[in-house]
Amino acid sequence: MKILVPLKRVSDPDNANKIKVGAGKVETTGLEWKPNPFDEYAVETALRLTENGTNAKARLGEVTVVTFGPKETETTLRAALATGADKAIRVDTTDDAIDGDLLARALKALVEREKPDLVLLGKQQVDGDANQVAQLLAEYLGWPQATFAGQITSEADKALLVSREVDGGSIKLRVTLPAVVSVDLRIVNAVGVTSMHTPPTHKYSDGVRFAALMAIMAAKKKSLTEVKLTDLSPDTALKIKYTGFDLPPARKAGVKIKTVAELVQKLKTEAKVL
Amino acid sequence: MDFTHAEHHELLRKSVRDFARVEVAPHARKWDEEERFPKELVPKLAALGLLGIRIPEEYGGSGMDTTSYAICVEEIAKVDGSLALTVASHNGLGTGHILGFGSEAQKKKYLPKAARGEWLAAWALTEPGSGSDAAGLRTTARRDGDGWVIDGTKMFITQGSVGGFCVVLARTNPAVAKQRGITAFVVEHGTKGFSASKHLEKLGCRSSDTCELTFDEVRVGDEQRVGDIDCGFTDTMKILDRGRISIAAMALGLGYGALDMAVTYAKDRKQFGKAIAEFQAIQWMLADSKTELDAASLLTYRAAWLADEGRRYGQEASMAKLFASEASSRAINRALQIHGGYGYTREFAVERHLRDAKICEIGEGTSEVQRMVIAKGMLHDA
Repeated sequence: MKILVPLKRVSDPDNANKIKVGAGKVETTGLEWKPNPFDEYAVETALRLTENGTNAKARLGEVTVVTFGPKETETTLRAALATGADKAIRVDTTDDAIDGDLLARALKALVEREKPDLVLLGKQQVDGDANQVAQLLAEYLGWPQATFAGQITSEADKALLVSREVDGGSIKLRVTLPAVVSVDLRIVNAVGVTSMHTPPTHKYSDGVRFAALMAIMAAKKKSLTEVKLTDLSPDTALKIKYTGFDLPPARKAGVKIKTVAELVQKLKTEAKVL
Repeated sequence: MDFTHAEHHELLRKSVRDFARVEVAPHARKWDEEERFPKELVPKLAALGLLGIRIPEEYGGSGMDTTSYAICVEEIAKVDGSLALTVASHNGLGTGHILGFGSEAQKKKYLPKAARGEWLAAWALTEPGSGSDAAGLRTTARRDGDGWVIDGTKMFITQGSVGGFCVVLARTNPAVAKQRGITAFVVEHGTKGFSASKHLEKLGCRSSDTCELTFDEVRVGDEQRVGDIDCGFTDTMKILDRGRISIAAMALGLGYGALDMAVTYAKDRKQFGKAIAEFQAIQWMLADSKTELDAASLLTYRAAWLADEGRRYGQEASMAKLFASEASSRAINRALQIHGGYGYTREFAVERHLRDAKICEIGEGTSEVQRMVIAKGMLHDA
């Protein structure tokens, strides 16, 4: 199975430097970055689907990772290569030159070029939280889609049984490949992915795998190619325009109330909930 | 001049940090209290590649450099000094000796098993009567037909009882100057007469295995000799040089780990109506620790870089170890002081770091021996 996994770096929520908002945009100077966690789950899912878990070194498929960003985002790709992905593509652009729709259109062109059987994505980015790319991509490709996957079972490489996380429970869908699937947190549970290659007795550790030292060295030699955004999508017009950014308002100090009567009064006149 | 680490070193740091956070940190206190070597972790260490950091891939290792070795030890030490010591000594001393000076047959026999974690490595230089004066060792190896017979006692040997093999330094020629008559041998566990005679109880690094070893008429073949006859001490000095980088890295990790705890605690703990981090008395302690640890880090990674460049680094490794170990102890002491009474309890890891860090001022040459090495480099080797 050939799998394409789009990845993005996001600003690290544990950043020592607080995010600043400048003239109509988020200041990124001095920020530390990490891969979007849901994208890391997508990579882990792709690796589990293309290996025998008892001998993960022998790859039984091909996992290609792609990111959209400037040169320094290659670190995100190299990290994915170090956990086991086979090759990487960087589409040269910047965050403010793309939106979800352009990304989906460019990915469609990339899918036509790379011909994967499956596109696996994180359900959303933890910075923009748009949750659009998987759905748009499936629509543009005319492929079946299954979003918010919490469990995936591969069936003879031709179809996937996907358990989707929805309000109040889960829905099982069978998608015929090629397809687009986006993943949720539970997919990286020990039993999140059942691959036809891995014996059912094998138990994964919860979470994503660590990059082994030897794999980090091997990742230096893996293919990482650069593609121009306009080669994938000559039309680079954006559908989303950001008009401004504001930080959440600082919390105001609370007040201490002495009597019940005062509380009721304030609930009526200030909070206006009574 | 460029102070940034290479991309693969950054990836390594992140991977080992994540591993330490998930697989080590939650258990470190328990292992320390039980004073027990965490055997169950060995397969996981091996799977990540931490038991063959510098062993080339052809022998089943990770094929990394001395900088990587330091990064691994530093990141583990941030959460557990004992395990950092295990990883540092296994990689640097026992397997380091075979890797650096062993024959092709010895490399093929020992390195893959070491990397896979089947055989942890011990390295036996120190004796009850010879520590800083390492060349004064009294363990002997005498010729016996084609082979050798080893007799003597070794002290403070890491992985002494859990190791699969041990590289031991023994006197083979009492007639020449003491540094010139020493030879290294590799002895496997289970060899008749070779035993871990005593498990040593320690102040810190209590889940690292430390033993007294006894060699009682231990017969080994000449193929167990590592390096040339009577040349073992020169090799030993080279092993110690690199080992000192890893002890500096261990000190760094323990220091930075405690400093992180202190920052978190100072921001959280409120006294006199505000976070204690707002008091200058606390800020100055944090500032001193950060400055000294960063200076120690620069010394440590300079020494590692020199080693990777194939240049002389013995003096620089000693400077790194001397300064990092003492800066680390100061930083952890301040961190404990910031924690106040809570820092003195075992509820917080800072007291464990304090105990673990002390060995960095002693092991692989005391601070005093480091000063001797540094001065010798200035006065005699120029």
